[in-house]
Amino acid sequence: MLKGLPDGKCARQIESMNVASLSSLVFAGSVAAGFLGSLTGLGGGVVIVPLLTLVFGIDLHYAIGASLVSVIATSSGAAASYVRDGYSNVRIGLFLEIATTSGALLGASLVSHVPTSTIATIFGVVLLYSAISSPPRDAVGRGGSANSLAQWLHLNGSYPTGDGPTKYAVRRIPLGFAIMVGAGTLSGLLGIGSGAMKVLAMDRAMGIPFKVSTTTSNFMIGVTAAASAGIYLARGYIDPELAMPVMLGVLGGALLGSRVLARVHVRVLRNVFRGALLVLAVEMIYNGLAGNV
Amino acid sequence: MSDIDMDRMIGRLLQIGVLFAGAVVLLGGIIYLVRHGGEMPDYQHFHGVPFALHELWEFDARSVIQIGVLLMIATPVLRVAFCIFAFAMERDWRYTVISAIVLGVLIYGIFGSH
Repeated sequence: MLKGLPDGKCARQIESMNVASLSSLVFAGSVAAGFLGSLTGLGGGVVIVPLLTLVFGIDLHYAIGASLVSVIATSSGAAASYVRDGYSNVRIGLFLEIATTSGALLGASLVSHVPTSTIATIFGVVLLYSAISSPPRDAVGRGGSANSLAQWLHLNGSYPTGDGPTKYAVRRIPLGFAIMVGAGTLSGLLGIGSGAMKVLAMDRAMGIPFKVSTTTSNFMIGVTAAASAGIYLARGYIDPELAMPVMLGVLGGALLGSRVLARVHVRVLRNVFRGALLVLAVEMIYNGLAGNV
Repeated sequence: MSDIDMDRMIGRLLQIGVLFAGAVVLLGGIIYLVRHGGEMPDYQHFHGVPFALHELWEFDARSVIQIGVLLMIATPVLRVAFCIFAFAMERDWRYTVISAIVLGVLIYGIFGSH
């Protein structure tokens, strides 16, 4: 059905690798992805697909299937600590999940209709965006005018800051909702959490403080990905034996990352990880356009 | 039930779900590596074997991992189901309906869309 993989050296080496070695290497790579992703706040899921396809020569469909499962695992695994800190807003999350889950169904059903090379190219562009989008900052809620829809939906909230609980108001809800449909579509099409686009919708469009946006986004990622999972399972994208080392690795790496968060120089790491994302993005776009993936 | 209690319970629910599902996948993974570690995998070409429910009753390595994967997928779905219940307890009918819509989309995705 597909053209296989790039004719690179490592791809040929993979062909002669048994289950134990492949699982161990995929596990190690996934631990690194989960660890760096959680440390840098850029998300580990987005590296999994290029890692599996470009380095291990695994078919793109299996790669996005394994990635989707790991995305659900890390989102749910991290949510416990986010919820405790009082940053995430369950109401904003749930309301926007209507948009992301609907988009995810659309995206997941598109996978079998869109050529693999096109999916790889789109993936590369999304990766490029994650690599160059602005780093987390402590933006304050921009208040904004009284929005009757936000009031009706009880979306406005408060979050802990240095000066005690600070209130924020949510604005431009239709725009945010529309971007969320797009984020969901990308999540379903690429098997990623598309956290960067979710944050874009909440932080930039809806004026929600950055910390609230990122934590609520993380919270939403698992639910969004779960919407695509049924279609992925039915089409055979999720191969349990491959999903196993990826899921366990990313989850383990992410938990490890959240433990050491306070002790390392995140800034240096973030730049290194950004560099890696950039290289992978270019590789992904190149291979996609050349029809190699 | 206050919003904070609800948040705490959701966090707990997700944590338990992930740990449990992860443990099942790990168990299946160990069985898989012990029994099939020396075989040659083929992930270079897409075979598209759809998930079939009856496979779960074979209790081989693949089915144990598959059960863990399904538990992992079920965790956020359960979270949304819990929200319906929690908002209904708060008599916040607006969000009871919003949670129900999200759960409806999720259930449609799992059972109805193919």
